[in-house]
Formats: sequence, structure tokens, C-alpha cells
Amino acid sequence: MGYQKETDFLPEVAPLIDSLAVKLTSYLNEHGITQPLLIGIHTGGVWVAEALRQKMQVNWPLGTLDIAFYRDDFSKTGLNPSVKPSNLPFSTENQHLVLIDDVLMSGRTIRAAMNEIFDYGRPASITLVTLLSLSGRELPIQADCYGLQLELPANKRVKLSGPDPLEFNLVIRPVDAEEPV
Amino acid sequence: MRISILGGRVIDPAQQLDQITDVHLQEGQILALGDCPKGFQAEQTINAGGLIVCPGFIDLCCHLREPGPSYKGNIASETQAALAGGFTQVCVRPDTQPPLDSPAVVRVVKEKAELVGKAKVLPVGALTQGLDGQLLSNMSGLQGAGCVALTNLRHPVQDNLILRRCLEYAATFDLLVVFYPEDSSLKGLGFAHEGSLSSQLGLEGIPETAETLAVAQILLLVEQTGIRAHFAHLSTAKAVTQIAEAKAKGLPITADVALSHLLFTEACLESFDSNFHLEPPLRSATDRLGLLQGLKDGTLSAVSSGHLPHEAAAKMAPFSVSEPGMSSLEVVLPKMLTLVEEGWLSLTDMVRRLALAPAELLRIKSGALLPGYSADLILIDPKASWILNNQTGFSAGKNTPFWNQPLKGRVVTSLVNGEIRYNLK
Amino acid sequence: MSSALNNPAHPRNVQLTSDGRLKHFLSINGLSKTLLTEILDTAESFANMGEQSVKKVPLLRGKTIVNLFFENSTRTRATFELAAKRLSADVLNLDIKTSSTAKGETLMDTLQNIEAMYADMFVVRHADSGAAHFIASQVTPRVAIINAGDGRHAHPTQAMLDMFTIRKHKGGFEGLKVAIVGDILHSRVARSQIRALNTLGAEEVRLVAPKTLLPIGIEEMGAKIYTRMEDGIRDVDVVIMLRLQKERMSGALLPSEAEFYRLYGLTTEKLSYAHPEAIVMHPGPINRGVEIESAVADGSRSVILQQVGYGIATRMAVMSMAMSGQMHERAQI
Repeated sequence: MGYQKETDFLPEVAPLIDSLAVKLTSYLNEHGITQPLLIGIHTGGVWVAEALRQKMQVNWPLGTLDIAFYRDDFSKTGLNPSVKPSNLPFSTENQHLVLIDDVLMSGRTIRAAMNEIFDYGRPASITLVTLLSLSGRELPIQADCYGLQLELPANKRVKLSGPDPLEFNLVIRPVDAEEPV
Repeated sequence: MRISILGGRVIDPAQQLDQITDVHLQEGQILALGDCPKGFQAEQTINAGGLIVCPGFIDLCCHLREPGPSYKGNIASETQAALAGGFTQVCVRPDTQPPLDSPAVVRVVKEKAELVGKAKVLPVGALTQGLDGQLLSNMSGLQGAGCVALTNLRHPVQDNLILRRCLEYAATFDLLVVFYPEDSSLKGLGFAHEGSLSSQLGLEGIPETAETLAVAQILLLVEQTGIRAHFAHLSTAKAVTQIAEAKAKGLPITADVALSHLLFTEACLESFDSNFHLEPPLRSATDRLGLLQGLKDGTLSAVSSGHLPHEAAAKMAPFSVSEPGMSSLEVVLPKMLTLVEEGWLSLTDMVRRLALAPAELLRIKSGALLPGYSADLILIDPKASWILNNQTGFSAGKNTPFWNQPLKGRVVTSLVNGEIRYNLK
Repeated sequence: MSSALNNPAHPRNVQLTSDGRLKHFLSINGLSKTLLTEILDTAESFANMGEQSVKKVPLLRGKTIVNLFFENSTRTRATFELAAKRLSADVLNLDIKTSSTAKGETLMDTLQNIEAMYADMFVVRHADSGAAHFIASQVTPRVAIINAGDGRHAHPTQAMLDMFTIRKHKGGFEGLKVAIVGDILHSRVARSQIRALNTLGAEEVRLVAPKTLLPIGIEEMGAKIYTRMEDGIRDVDVVIMLRLQKERMSGALLPSEAEFYRLYGLTTEKLSYAHPEAIVMHPGPINRGVEIESAVADGSRSVILQQVGYGIATRMAVMSMAMSGQMHERAQI
């Protein structure tokens, strides 16, 4: 499926959560996954995960992941000292995980997240869920379920603000911005 | 050779002279100042317009490193550096290898310097054999071989009785004794000025009293034995006061300060730069001011280079284990000119401190442009901008914080015995 | 003479890249409150790692860190090694024995030999004050130098872990009164602690020791001197006890351990002079019955054991920040 034409238009978040919840439920059923463990990537992914949990009316455990120590641009940006530590209050060994983030673009954040998850143990599977899937992949990574595909102008980025209400904001990309996403 | 030096600003403190005039030389001596003498036909004229003409400087303490390890320097390199720095004569320290404690070694040094034909050398002999502080050296023999003074440098004399005997014996020959005042037990293992900075940096300190105690003791012995004494390389403001009081009492003493202590303080140690590891140590800002004041009012009658060239490896070590000393012959002039500019002394006094006063305290007929005196003089361009580096420097020692730094003021020509032995072209 | 601040060799300028990042960690001197706080915040994120199953992060994977210890220290070296390994770095331990006469030459030769191995970072402990600065000025620009203690000059990583401990247990530095007790004269830790406390904004730094163990003019670093312990620790929020080395008795600095303990040892009774919620710290290893009573060392106010854990996180922070700064500078060239 192709991307929507380049646009400045940003969708409302709430309906996207609704449709994403439906897609995820259907995906998990198809694959016979009944008791997954949720992992949200700080900070946007955690908000999305909590919203999904509420919408789907499930109480699956939710862990949070901060990928700062696994990024591949350490030499360019150095460390961000305001790192909140990752917190996975469960064992991942042989479990089905659902990894949730707000925006998927280059794929580097997900690469870092998966490396970190594997340092905790060997999961049975990882299902990737993102609210938005933007064009601009630099790695061969795709979401299993996403709310909406978008193509943005080269100088614009999307940021999710929250936790209540959850809203997308358009951000102008500075000239030498570092690209974590 | 008959030479006329024309139109330079002639500064000669011995004659209280500071004016644009001519200098005429004949057969290696000063013939006359001013108008050309009757019947004098110059074979060579030097145009000294815009330049200062003054007596060649005399350094009171210089290490030529020969005899000794050649990688640190030798007579050829260091006397060449001396000329480039405006020093037509340099006093040679006795801590060569072997030390200058026998007439034979002194003669070797003199002969080598004469062969090299650059700056002239004035050997300073060892006060004790081997500088060990126990046995008298052959003082009369050393004097006969050409030593202008005796010293034990910073090597301790065993005890005060031996020191007294050394001084009494030296007095027999009316020899000048040069002291580098330092109490070795108070110095201990220290190498930095004892104070809050050395405490902060964790560097072993040498208290002020290491110098002032020694000065006090020596002054009393000077009084007792009647020798002529010169105190070299003072580092504390207190010592300057001690010297002033002793001079006022009429004691036959003089004192000098090394260039580095007029320019730097202990603050330079903050970066642990071993170029600033010196003996005696760089002390506080108050001490530096006291030394500058002493220079200004004449308590410190002379400035010495303290020249101690080292190979690079000697300084490539943590501060405390680096070798102390700075290479300085070639930067004395520009840095003294800076002090003149800052108002610490007049140009005439600068020449006095670097040429006339050393000659007077050494009791040599030098340091002045008087008729009949040896034609040892220099031409200086006070405005010349230059950089001390591999192309312009002659000393084997690059251990100076002024390496690759811009300097203002440079020696253009140096004449020794009426011969041009250094010329900037 | 150029101003010290413009001097490229000034401690501040040697340690920082042109945009203010850490590239060597040699002394607290010249580092800003912002930078010190950044170190503490970074250490905080590493500190929480130990509680989870993942003990390693790949930040320094592929980097080689050499422990260059010219002075013996199993404990400090072990924490640096652990910190490096938790960052996934490769660690090489070199114990150098130097002859006292040839120290300088051996150091230069040693450095040149090791540089040929393409190390990315040296952690250096040396008996000469200023050794870490010297090494930093000599190695090719690619290598980050971490000072693990040089002579009597500085021990900045220890000071930072002490600051981390204080922040963790006291919440911050504003209004804080800290007493450092013991052999200040020979202590590089104390010098770094005084600087760090003042930079981070502690209200009062007090030094408590007999005159023979106080360095001349040390007050000028920003501290008040006390020779009576009861006065020195009155109402303080933190008491840091320093180790007393046995050699001090032979150096004519102290008459006996017993007298030292009686006057300056931290006993339960002495501790009562401090604020009721004061914490007790010690860089270790402790000498029970010499500078500190067992009951206090093992008591509820003591955070001495926690200091060890914080030490690993602090060193991880310093090492990763310095490596990041070095790599950043390398990329600019």
C-alpha cells in the first residue's frame, strides 16, 4: 500500500487508537497469542501502550524501555543525562512481546529496542505496533500493526504530546538535527 | 680593524650617557664616542640608525653544559645563543661534568670558548672540591686559571664551620663568593613554593624560610669573615629586604635575580607545566612584586639569565620528576624591554643591570663604552618583532615557555673585542 | 603574560572539548556546576541498572580501556574494571613497577608502548601529583584519560561518587554542612571533595584535623578549619572520615593511633554532636578503632557500603561521557 501524498495534515489521535486496537486484537487472534507482555518505548510509546490497554480492556503487564544506551549515534550526540531507566517487571524468556512506539520512521529506535530486549532474554516473538508509520526507512524494519501511513515534507517531523490529551504536533526539523527515529 | 658605528642611540650608564651619537673602535678597543677622532679613518662603518648601541651584556650565571652531556648543549651552541641574546660575556657555572674545581678543567673551558670564538667566558669556580661541601678547592689555582668568583651553587656545605673556613680562605685572595641561599633541610624534598597553591596541587613545598634563614646565616658569616659576597637568584621579597638592610649597614654585598622570577609566579604551576619547574621555585605574586621593587630601587643590582638548557626528555615527565631549569639567554632582552615598557625600570637602568653592574661586582674592566675598554658592544632593535623557534634560536635547550611565541626587541649585531661575531641578516 | 583562563593548558581547558564536553577527567578544578550535575545525573541512570537482569549496556562495545596503575590498589582498579565491563568495553590491566631513579623515562616509554596498542582510554593512578595532566598532554589526541588518583593532588572519581552519595541520601547540596575529618595533608580525595562541594553549592565545608595534618593555606580552597572535633562536626549533615595511614606515626606527625582515635575518631558519642540525621561516609578501606568505631561504621547512619555501588555507576558515567567527548572531537577533525 502506498503512502498518502506528502501532507501537512495530521490526524486526530483518539480515532487512530481505536482503529489500532481493532487491528491489534485481530492480529493477536490470528497468531494465537493470548497473554502477551506489552513493552512501550519512552515516552510516546508508553502513552500509546496505556491507551491501547484501556481501549482493549485488558490488563496485560506493561514494561517501559529507554533505548538511550543502545542508540547507534553515541559519538555524535553523547549521552542524554535525563535517561529514565528501563523497567521490565517480568521475565521475557520465551514470552510473546508486543513492542509499542508512537512513530516509526528510520527504524533505528526499534533496532535499538530489540537489541535491548534480547539482552534481557530470548522472547518467543515480538509484535511491533506503532501509531504512525512514516516514510524514510533506513533499516529493513516494518510494523506488524500501525494506525496510519504518512509521508511528510523533508523538513518536518511529528511529535506526540500527552498523556492527556494525546496529540500530534508538527515540528520543523533543524538543519543538523540528529535523527534517532 | 677600525670601525665606526654611526647614528645609534648610545646608552652607557657608566657615563650617564643616553644620546644619538657615534662610536669609534680601533684594535679591539673603544677609541672614542662622538665626533670622529683626528686622523681616524674607519675601515668599516655600521649604520645604527633606529637602533640602541650599548655595552654587551654580562651574564652572572649560565650553564654551557660542556664538559658534560652533549645532548643538553655545549660551548659552541650556548655561547652562540649568548651572542644572539646580547651577552658578550657569560659566567660559567661550575657544575659541569667534571666540575670546575681544578685549574685544568677551567683552562679546558676557556680554551674551547676561545676556539669557538663566540661570547667570552668568565669561569666561576667551585668553592669546595667536587661541590661536595667538605674540602676546600684550590682557590688560588682556580683564580690563576681565570676564575672570577667561587660558588657552591645550591649544593649544601657540610656545616657552618666548613663554610666559615671556605670564606676565610677565599678572603685571603680577595675572591668574590657567590651564594645561592638555601637551607637544605628546610628545602627537604620540596620543589614548589610552600603555600596554599602547592597545598591545593599536592606538590611538596619549599618554605620561604629555606631562603631567608640561609640569607641571615650567610650575612652574619660575611660580616665575620669580611669576604665580598654576591647573593644570586633570590626568590623571596623578604630576602630583598634582608639584603637592603645589610647594604645599609655597609656590608660588601650585592644581589641579583633570575629573569624567570621577574616574570612568573607559582600560578604557572596550575597546569603542571614542567617548563616552570625551577630552582629556586617560582613564588607568590607578593614575592614577585618585592623582587621587581628591588630591581627598581637597586637593591638587586643585576639580572641574571639563569640559563639552564635541557633536552626535551628532561621535561617530559610529571612535574616533580622533571629536571628543573629554563633556557633563557635568548629571551632576556625582549622580556627586559617589556619590563621597561611597564615602567619597572628605565632603559639606562636595564643596561646597568645587565652590563655595568655585573662588571662592577665581578671587578672586571667591562660593561662600559669607555675609551680603552674592550670593544664588547651590541646593537639592539627595540621594535623588531620575531618568534623564537628552530630557525631563530641557537641554544640546544628549547625548554622555555617562550618557544614559538612572538617577542618584541632583538639583538641585531654583537661585537666582541671589536669583531662582529653575530649579525642578523 | 596571558591570562590563565586563556591558557590552553589550564585544567578546565585541557579536560573539555571546544563545545564544553568532557574528554578527560583529571580533576574537579575548572569544571562547572552544570557539568558536575550532568555527571551525577548520568550516574543516576546507571545506578538503577544493577537492580535489573541486564547488567551490561553496549555503549563502549569495541573500545579498549587500559588500567594503568603505577600505585597498588586492588579495590579501585576492580571498580573501574567492573564499570568498564558493564559498558561492554574490553579491559586491559597493567601493573607497572617503576624504579625510583628512572620514573620519568619509564613513564614516557610505557605510554608510547601502550599507545601502539590503540587503546581508547587510560585509567591512571600514579604517585606523582600532576601525573594525569602530564599523560593527558602527551598521548595522541584520541585517548581519554581518567585520573584514578595522582599523588596528593586529586581523586576526582572518588569525589564524584561521594557527591552522588550525598545527593542520594540528602537530596541536594543547598544549605548542606559537610565535615571532612582526618589526614587532610596527604589526602587527594579531600582536595577533590572540597572543590566538588563548593562547586555544587554546599553551604559549609569543614576540615577537622590536628595542625600537623592540615596543609598550609588549605582554607583558601573554600573551607573552615577546626582542630577540635566536637566543634568541627557540630550540626553537620555529612561526616566524611578519612583513612589514617600507619606511616604517619613514624613521620613525626602524630604521637600514636590511640591519641588520634581519642581526639578525632568517630565514635557514637562524637557522632551525637552532628545533626541527628547526619550520614557517615568513608572512602575506604576503613581502619576500625583508628578513625572510626565499629558501631558507627556498621550503624544505621553509615552509608559506607552503599558508596561502593555508587562508585561503579559514577565511574560508568565518567567513562562514557569522556569517551563520547573524545569521539565527538575526533569526528570534528
